[in-house]
Amino acid sequence: MKLHVSTTVNGDAAEFLTDPGTTLLDALRDELGLTGSKEGCGSGDCGACSVIVDGRLVCSCLMLAAEAEGKRIETIEGLARHGELHPIQQKFLEHAALQCGFCTPGLIVASKALLDANPDPTEEEARYWLAGNLCRCTGYDKVIRAVLDAAAELRQERRVA
Amino acid sequence: MAQFNYVAPSSVDEAISALASAPTARVLAGGTDLIVQMKAGRVRPATVVDVKRVPGAVGIQKAADGGYVIGAATSGAVLGEHATLPRDWPGVVEAANLIGSTQVQGRASLGGNLCNASPAADSVPGLIAARAVCVIVGPAGRREAPVETIQVSPGRTSLQPGEFVLEFRLPPRPKRASDAYLRLIPRTEMDIAVVGAGVSLALGDDGKIAEAHVSLGAVAPTSLLVGPAGAALVGGKLDEASLAALDAAARAACNPIDDKRGTIDYRTKIAGVLARRVATIAYARAEAR
Amino acid sequence: MTDVLDRQQTETHFATVGTRPIRPDGVDKVTGRAAFGADFVMPGMIWGRILRSPYAHARILGIDTRKALALPGVKAVVTGADFPDLASEIIEGGEAASNSRDMAVNVIARDKALYEGHAVAAVAAISPAVAEAALELIEVSYEPLAHVIDVEAAMAPDAPLLHSHIFTEGLEERPKLPSNIARKHQFVRGDVDAALAAAEVRVEGRYTTKAVHQGYIEPHACVASMSEDGQGHVWCSSQGHFMVRSYCAKVLGVEISNIKVTPAEIGGGFGGKTTIYLEPIALALSRIADAPVKLVMTRDEVFRATGPTSGGVIEVKLGAKKDGTITAAEVELKFQAGAFPGSPVGTACMTALACYDIPNFRIVGWDVVTNSPKTAAYRAPGAPISAFGVECALDELAQKLGMDPVDLRDKNGARDGVKAAYGPTFQNIAFLDTLARIRQHPNYHVPLKANQGRGVAAGFWFNVGGESTGAVRVSDDGTLTVATGNPDIGGSRAGMAMMAAEVFGVPVDNVRVTVPDTQSIGYSMLTGGSRTTFAVGMAVVRASEKVVADLKKRAAGIWQVAEDQVAWKNGEAICLDPAKADAKPLTLKGLAAQSGRTGGPIQAEVSLNAQGAGPGFAVHSCDVEVDPETGHVTVLRYTAAQDVGRAIHPSYVEGQLQGGAAQGVGWALNEEYIFDAEGRMENAGFLDYRVPVASDLPMIDTVLIETAPNPRHPFGAKGVGEAPIVPPLAAVANAVSAAIGVRMTDLPLSPPKIRAALDAKKA
Repeated sequence: MKLHVSTTVNGDAAEFLTDPGTTLLDALRDELGLTGSKEGCGSGDCGACSVIVDGRLVCSCLMLAAEAEGKRIETIEGLARHGELHPIQQKFLEHAALQCGFCTPGLIVASKALLDANPDPTEEEARYWLAGNLCRCTGYDKVIRAVLDAAAELRQERRVA
Repeated sequence: MAQFNYVAPSSVDEAISALASAPTARVLAGGTDLIVQMKAGRVRPATVVDVKRVPGAVGIQKAADGGYVIGAATSGAVLGEHATLPRDWPGVVEAANLIGSTQVQGRASLGGNLCNASPAADSVPGLIAARAVCVIVGPAGRREAPVETIQVSPGRTSLQPGEFVLEFRLPPRPKRASDAYLRLIPRTEMDIAVVGAGVSLALGDDGKIAEAHVSLGAVAPTSLLVGPAGAALVGGKLDEASLAALDAAARAACNPIDDKRGTIDYRTKIAGVLARRVATIAYARAEAR
Repeated sequence: MTDVLDRQQTETHFATVGTRPIRPDGVDKVTGRAAFGADFVMPGMIWGRILRSPYAHARILGIDTRKALALPGVKAVVTGADFPDLASEIIEGGEAASNSRDMAVNVIARDKALYEGHAVAAVAAISPAVAEAALELIEVSYEPLAHVIDVEAAMAPDAPLLHSHIFTEGLEERPKLPSNIARKHQFVRGDVDAALAAAEVRVEGRYTTKAVHQGYIEPHACVASMSEDGQGHVWCSSQGHFMVRSYCAKVLGVEISNIKVTPAEIGGGFGGKTTIYLEPIALALSRIADAPVKLVMTRDEVFRATGPTSGGVIEVKLGAKKDGTITAAEVELKFQAGAFPGSPVGTACMTALACYDIPNFRIVGWDVVTNSPKTAAYRAPGAPISAFGVECALDELAQKLGMDPVDLRDKNGARDGVKAAYGPTFQNIAFLDTLARIRQHPNYHVPLKANQGRGVAAGFWFNVGGESTGAVRVSDDGTLTVATGNPDIGGSRAGMAMMAAEVFGVPVDNVRVTVPDTQSIGYSMLTGGSRTTFAVGMAVVRASEKVVADLKKRAAGIWQVAEDQVAWKNGEAICLDPAKADAKPLTLKGLAAQSGRTGGPIQAEVSLNAQGAGPGFAVHSCDVEVDPETGHVTVLRYTAAQDVGRAIHPSYVEGQLQGGAAQGVGWALNEEYIFDAEGRMENAGFLDYRVPVASDLPMIDTVLIETAPNPRHPFGAKGVGEAPIVPPLAAVANAVSAAIGVRMTDLPLSPPKIRAALDAKKA
């Protein structure tokens, strides 16, 4: 039996029908066409499917779509606004913090959750927060630099604002 | 994933009857173990009962006696962000917060970690050392049971059909008492414990250890409450002799297996090492309170 | 064509080469727009799933698909019987040659399942759930056979035999009996036995490694459509869509003209996507189902069924004079090939001693089939394994001689004019500079504390060139579109745009880069062998130069001057004819706008077979701290220096060094295939197959050595992607050995092994 789920995705109301066995990741990708969230493992070990649900960073592959009823979901597709990249996205580009780019949406969503919770993380805090986001291309060096630089920029923006 | 019936009851009674409706029914809290196992076909429940809408299952309350009542489906992230819990029970919180990634912390719960009944569950030795008690609800009503009585073997619990863990109760915390948890993993994050160790202790007015509880994970079919290890600490300050006795008692309690994550020899030795280290941390925290 | 070969010798300052612009595909990748293999959907598409062998070795007695076919919603079921039997034939196209019959049988098993995870049947159905349910209805009758996975056990005369047709090649006499030893490789110079006997100092060691996976985060995925007229179209992520086309045609027994492949973005490959797994099965299912079929692997399938690289045994003997001159080296390598011949033991042999000038050596390699997934290329295939043994032995030799390990390598290091162990004579190499820069680096001088150790190791990779196509088109607005036949696995589009921009003298933002399908660009070998920036870049530069020549010709026509009176500078044609002093420069934009009047659209496509990639030399140093009670290793500092010729986009070159180092650290410390007694993989997931996570690593410092630009490349580029994974295994092992005072020889250096070594030392 299909379940009817009503959610908010990136600020917009979203409704879909789902099998109980469908994960939130599959619903985002297959029902809503939001393929920015990736499946790298399906078991919560790689973080490529990271989304933010009611302000909380989760792996969308480890959440049933049915559990999203009434929740607010933020995905990579919602980060850029009004034609402008989010500072984290911009810093990933400037620091060449991606190679293949497959883990990048998950890393950026996880980094946003980090900086929402902790605007001034140390390198170590950033590394541990992002330990659930596997990247096989970069060795993490430029990723961490991009996140710390984005944090500095966001702090600056807040001071100005 | 094989097909199943999903329900999200909003009362304890509805949850119990849904759970009792099918012998294969499973409780869904954070899902970080259950969904993985269902995808792999290792479990095929006819019904999945999402308990997160059941009153009491999510959230942290201060109890009348000064202890805590923690909803069994409360996520690790919520535990870590609580105003006073990490100060009063740092070992319980750090054990829970070591489960998986930041993402997993957004979902994983104490109840799920316990009832998944993995011998390597990180939060369980922390809870056992803390002498935490489970509040269990089921067709026969409400009962309480110490955490160490829940796991009976890998993947199996003592819960009866229709029962689930609704809450955990942590006792009030006097001054000069604290706890700690450490685990050994090959990486720095994202691994299952090769060995885990939790210690909770309270100091007397003389600065000597008045009470101590030691629990080990991943060294036996279930997490262990190691009485002799706790006893080795009681009655003195933490010194070389008591640490050596603790190390020996921890090793003596081990009954591990050789597997892809560690050997019998290694697990046994590390149990002693971690017990010493974690006792030292708990002692320092207790002194500082 | 005139000035390009000389450009890098005369110019040291470029407008664009050597800068760090934002990559052209970057925004799509940070916003989630970029479409990878699994992101593609087709109207009417259905879903496939693959049934895999639960046995490491079993005869397939029969497959009954009737129940699966009867399940409502199932549209097609295929087994090995639906694919043609191919003759044994070597086909080019990948990074290394492949045997077409082996490839076909690896795609889907015929009479035997040769490893756990070997595909035996596949279904396509109207939903993933129906496809999954159908898999359970396929009944396969197996006769389990004894299996063998350990390489030396597989070499034993009484070992379970995988194939009855393998008679060891490379021996003086063809053996009378079949065995699991597919080939012996040998490279010999001088008299190694005499030189070893005469050596003043000798070391010898036996080193072992486990199979490790490339670990790309994107699982293999494709959508395939085979229409009723026999025309096939595949959308997939791979390291080479022309490779996918030719391999699919071979496995299906159709002409390549019947197959078109459109490349998706690729989420990491590292060599592991230089072959095919899903694509021919998806095409076969589609042909039966009359609908496009999507196939996506789970992570579990990626580990069980796609290429790891070999586990190996490396035995090394070195002989030297007391002054550190190495006089003799003997290296024997035994490599797991997986279920079919073709381990990278040949390249492991060729690279083993390539960093050094050694007068007497014998290198022997054995390619051995085992009941594990067929190995696939993994970043500098084979080289990290042989380097692990050789570079650890060198470390031991340095200790024995009381020499600094960098000095020992410097004394014996390859330099211009040295004839490499594998044949060619080196020119324009900077190995000694690379060593020197590691020695000078501040990280090499940080004082070490208790339980800390420092390790150094070097590595070599050939880098290759090969058949490549680049096309450049000028749009009406004066912007450029560059097209190549090579999937971009790590930022190569940025490099292509920059090289074109450099030739045209325009801002890199004016260049768009695309990777079109197999029908829309000339043939290109796959992206691998660290060849793309070098070889494909050369095609792009040549095409750009052709277009510039055309633009100059058109400008000459507009000005009515001789062609040699037109120069091209900073994106403009400039009239040199003094008689036309008032002729204003014609910009690219201006010329583009007039193209209709000057001969039509402006474009050029160049195909070439690039030679002279320029080998890469890497030297890494690593500091670790070992917890003496738990054996846990923390990497404190890591420095990677490399002879890169010239960095086109330094950030992405640094990224290659950092990524290679990180993969190598994982290989050294925690990654391994673990099999149970039945030959089933026990850790087929990212939970227990432990690739490094962010908190496992420090910043990885890089040093790009640009003292020996590649004279065969317009801007001096050498391949850079593979050399960085060669040194880390030994660099980490040497550091750990130094920290604990015990020589560690068996990878991975997991905590239990280190604790056991410490306990044994105490006892």
